Amino acid sequence: MRALPALCLLLASFTSQAETPQQIRQIYAAEATALQAGFTPAGKRGEALFRQRFSNNDKMPACTSCHTDSPLNAGQHAITGKSVKPLAVVANAERFTDQAKAEKWFGRNCKEVIGRACTPAEKADFVTYMSEVR
Amino acid sequence: MKRIALTVLFGMAVVLPPPAFADRMPLPTNTPASYKAECGSCHLAFPPALLSANDWRRTVSGLKDHFGTDAAVDGKNGQEISAFLERYAGDAGKLGSAGEPPRITQTARFIRKHREISAKTWKDTRIKSAANCEACHRGAAQGNYNEHDISVPELRR
Repeated sequence: MRALPALCLLLASFTSQAETPQQIRQIYAAEATALQAGFTPAGKRGEALFRQRFSNNDKMPACTSCHTDSPLNAGQHAITGKSVKPLAVVANAERFTDQAKAEKWFGRNCKEVIGRACTPAEKADFVTYMSEVR
Repeated sequence: MKRIALTVLFGMAVVLPPPAFADRMPLPTNTPASYKAECGSCHLAFPPALLSANDWRRTVSGLKDHFGTDAAVDGKNGQEISAFLERYAGDAGKLGSAGEPPRITQTARFIRKHREISAKTWKDTRIKSAANCEACHRGAAQGNYNEHDISVPELRR
């Protein structure tokens, strides 16, 4: 009977949407801690990253280029015009509930906007901000 | 008499299929989830009939530089997406050349269907890009491209 919670977790890990934003933040925070002892995720740094302008891509200089100045808002793809659901968990319950999906979009968008991969610390901060913002 | 006529008219409206058959292009029911996820996030998951099989093949094999964006997919998804698109691709002869790299908006069929749209309209901030089907065709995600269901009022016919 004591194995039941573990069994549930194991079963949940086989479905595509197994995670919560807290779990995804935890995964990135653990990776960051391995690189930098004492790391603690901070929503404030995540917000700074969200708003920072980079000089890598004229059409998409910042996250805000597509996601608007508020993560609570629906956005619009800067090139194609397609609507994008809000990043904030409070406005979009599907956000950060699938680790593979989060990793895929960090991979694509960090490369496209910043011109490099995001660090685990940046991802942990970003997920923290998107989970906390109201 | 009037009531009978109305009943007949109403009956016809219910029974007859919509006349503009080519304006209905819903995604096939067996569309793989990978196509919707990988090709329907940054733009609409376009109906496969809008490009020829050869042009889809070239598009999928060039996803690493997809109109300036790295949209690469992993091998398994790439094969699944390619097989799906080629299976349901449009007739190359009817579509006409899509250019290099292939663009749906460069096919003769797309150009003919949109010939009355002015350059000014294409630049409208509500539209932004010719790839943004849903800006005007509000039912595009459900496969409805009927010209009577245009969401920009001045373009409705």
